[in-house]
Amino acid sequence: MGKITLRNVVKRFGDAEVIPPLDLDIENGEFVVFVGPSGCGKSTLLRLIAGLEDTSDGVISIDGLDATDTPPAKRGLAMVFQSYALYPHMTVRKNIAFPLKMAGLSPEAAAKKVEAAAKVLNLTAYLDRKPGQLSGGQRQRVAIGRAIVREPKAFLFDEPLSNLDAALRVNMRLEISELHQTLKTTMVYVTHDQVEAMTMADKIVVLNAGRIEQVGSPLTLYNRPANLFVAGFIGSPKMNFVTGAEAEAHGAPTIGIRPEHIDLSAQNGDWQGKVGVSEHLGSDTFLHVHVPEVGVVTVRAGGEVAARHGDTVWLTLQADRIHRFGPDGKAL
Amino acid sequence: MARKTTQTRKALTTVAAWSIGFLIFFPILWTVLMSFHSEGDAIKGPFAMLASPWTFESYGEVQHRSNYALHFWNSVVISFGSTLAALVIAIPAAWAMAFVPGRRTKDLLMWMLSTKMMPSVGVLIPMYLMFRDFGLLDTRSGLVAVLTLINLPIVVWMLYTYFKEIPGEILEAARMDGASLRSEILHVLTPMAVPGIASTVLLNVILAWNEAFWTLQLTTSDAAPLTQFIASYSSPEGLFYAKLSAASTMAIAPILILGWFSQKQLVRGLTFGAVK
Amino acid sequence: MATKASRTAARAMVSPAVILLLGWMIVPLAMTLYFSFLRYNLLNPTQGGFAGFDNYYYFLTNPAFFQALTNTLTLVLGVLVITVFGGIGLALLLDQPIWGQGVVRVLVIAPFFVMPTVSALVWKNMFMNPVNGMFAHMAKAMGLQPYDFLAHAPLASIIVIVAWQWLPFSTLILLTALQSLDREQQEAAEMDGASVFNRFVYLTVPHLTRAVTVVILIQTIFLLSVFAEILVTTNGGPGTASTNISYLVYAQSLLNYDVGGGSAGGIIAVILANIVAFFVMRMIGKNLDA
Repeated sequence: MGKITLRNVVKRFGDAEVIPPLDLDIENGEFVVFVGPSGCGKSTLLRLIAGLEDTSDGVISIDGLDATDTPPAKRGLAMVFQSYALYPHMTVRKNIAFPLKMAGLSPEAAAKKVEAAAKVLNLTAYLDRKPGQLSGGQRQRVAIGRAIVREPKAFLFDEPLSNLDAALRVNMRLEISELHQTLKTTMVYVTHDQVEAMTMADKIVVLNAGRIEQVGSPLTLYNRPANLFVAGFIGSPKMNFVTGAEAEAHGAPTIGIRPEHIDLSAQNGDWQGKVGVSEHLGSDTFLHVHVPEVGVVTVRAGGEVAARHGDTVWLTLQADRIHRFGPDGKAL
Repeated sequence: MARKTTQTRKALTTVAAWSIGFLIFFPILWTVLMSFHSEGDAIKGPFAMLASPWTFESYGEVQHRSNYALHFWNSVVISFGSTLAALVIAIPAAWAMAFVPGRRTKDLLMWMLSTKMMPSVGVLIPMYLMFRDFGLLDTRSGLVAVLTLINLPIVVWMLYTYFKEIPGEILEAARMDGASLRSEILHVLTPMAVPGIASTVLLNVILAWNEAFWTLQLTTSDAAPLTQFIASYSSPEGLFYAKLSAASTMAIAPILILGWFSQKQLVRGLTFGAVK
Repeated sequence: MATKASRTAARAMVSPAVILLLGWMIVPLAMTLYFSFLRYNLLNPTQGGFAGFDNYYYFLTNPAFFQALTNTLTLVLGVLVITVFGGIGLALLLDQPIWGQGVVRVLVIAPFFVMPTVSALVWKNMFMNPVNGMFAHMAKAMGLQPYDFLAHAPLASIIVIVAWQWLPFSTLILLTALQSLDREQQEAAEMDGASVFNRFVYLTVPHLTRAVTVVILIQTIFLLSVFAEILVTTNGGPGTASTNISYLVYAQSLLNYDVGGGSAGGIIAVILANIVAFFVMRMIGKNLDA
């Protein structure tokens, strides 16, 4: 079991309110990702759930029991830290066995669990090494191993992939997702990378300045962002925003259109513009088109498009993909 | 800049540096050399002494006449005893200040340091009278207690600077793994800080070994460490240069060796982390 | 960065150290203060009672006090001048590429580990003794009259001995500071066209300033209370020519058994040290976070 409920949770550091009153439900077995720009309070929120910080107000309950004042050791949660936080003076075996030793498990039983975890994580060959002798990816696996042997109610991940290089990050992303499929345990995952959030989450919580902007499945957030912030944060390249007369023409003070929802033509369309920078990725081409009265519009085109700097192009917006936002930034 | 250095220049600086180094070290070297000659030869003048036969007789004499072994043992007990006692008190304190810093942590550290600046003579009389009344004069336990308190601020400070370098996330991980505070300090922090703790021990043993105010004031014979034992040579009878040299050599040799191992930590410890 | 529980634990963990140090500071100091207002002589138990400021009056008007104060300051300043300038020179020399740098370092550092009583006695007997000392032998070899250093220039001799003990400390700290100079910064300055001299004046000197302040202030703490060196070499003499405040208080209390007068002297020593400490704490406090 691993149902985590936050009711009216507030966190203040001195006079500064880092997290204004906040409610959140994390269902058993769910993979929930907290995403947001740095300083949005997502890590603080995770640490509140972990018990590494006190809540200033409100109630955190785990499986229906009030855990607000329970020390971290007693909450039955496991955490994987950004720096992995492995014990440098212990071998991999001892690192993974540490929580079991703390729980008072017999050395034999602990050894069995460690072996099993090592097998799942491909660490068997490294059990007698110290963390200093491992690569980044291996350290990451040890940190995960240390978390899974306890069979916790939920896993907490604090930006676990940000110290890995790009290729490894993709691999570990898959491994963690796979782990979730196998264990079916609740996972709470903090990241600033919206790609990680989109690819891994069952449910994304978008945070900004300590407030929850929107909660929903990846595709919900993509298709129906609740406000300008979520619309701009989810999706890459960013959604184009247009204000002024062009927006009013579509019936809203601000409209948004994703680069992949604009059709490109050499002859005709809604807007005429000149190509500025074009980024060729092979599979796609991102064109930055200067449109008079509108500004720079990013357009995603096929990989074979041969637009050059200074070329004149025509853009057409896919009408059913236009997002409309009111004066308060909320979606209409 | 290394790349521009010519061999000649390097040779010249080498000669200069070695000469000065030799000059500074000379009093120690001379003491050691003198200890291997007889009393009669020791005062004949430098060249006559070096030409005279070598002997170990002074070392035997020192032990025979004044029970050197007892004073050596007193020094060991007092310096290690006071350092270990300080360590037991300081590790929890340094843990708290390094990992749970509050608004007043810095002031607290500064205040601890300021106790080091109180001149010992300021409390000489009460300490002397208290020691007399409690029967602690000339006892090892009394001296261990005083030196523990004297060195406590330095021990706390050094440990604090070492603990600061350990990422707090690792201790949080231990907490998440279900470790109690005791386990966190005993099984995670202390083993990780072993190099820092070792340097702290080393420096404080050296400081306690050489402490020469309280050891001189509060001991006379039974608990007298080497500082007091050597001071007893200040009013000599008869020929004593060789014996003084032998006793001095034995008194400084162990700490000199420890000291050479702890050069780097010395800087950090004595400047309270201001110079690393 | 922490929870209420861990803050409570932290308070419990620091309290033994704080309580012990507080006791160590307050109890004996309060007793000294109390004694300093009493007529209290261990040799004369019949005399007693409240003395008011008499002890302070006698201690401060004793000609020995003024001499001790001057001696204390001369000792501190003399040693500081020798060790700071000597230390800068030595550190610059040892920072050059030389063969066997490690060995030279070890030789230079050695005196710091010699216990004060040993170094004082070695200098007193093996070097400064007017009959059998090394200097006397050298003088005789050159046909000169041996000089009795400790009898005729006691304070200067003690300054030399103490400076020999502390020169390694300043050298080591300044050398460490020199070696932590940012090489890239030096190279950037070189690319900017700064000469060797300019690089020394504009980069090395400011970098060393902090280390020099640290050396001065920390040595001052220790030098204000030099004691063993005086005890075993001159006993503060001849007369009071080499008596400093520490030694004067010791002589007053444990040689003359005048508890009241000695306590007054102790309090005065504490006040003087506090004046110095005030500046030390400000400096170290500033460097604390760096």
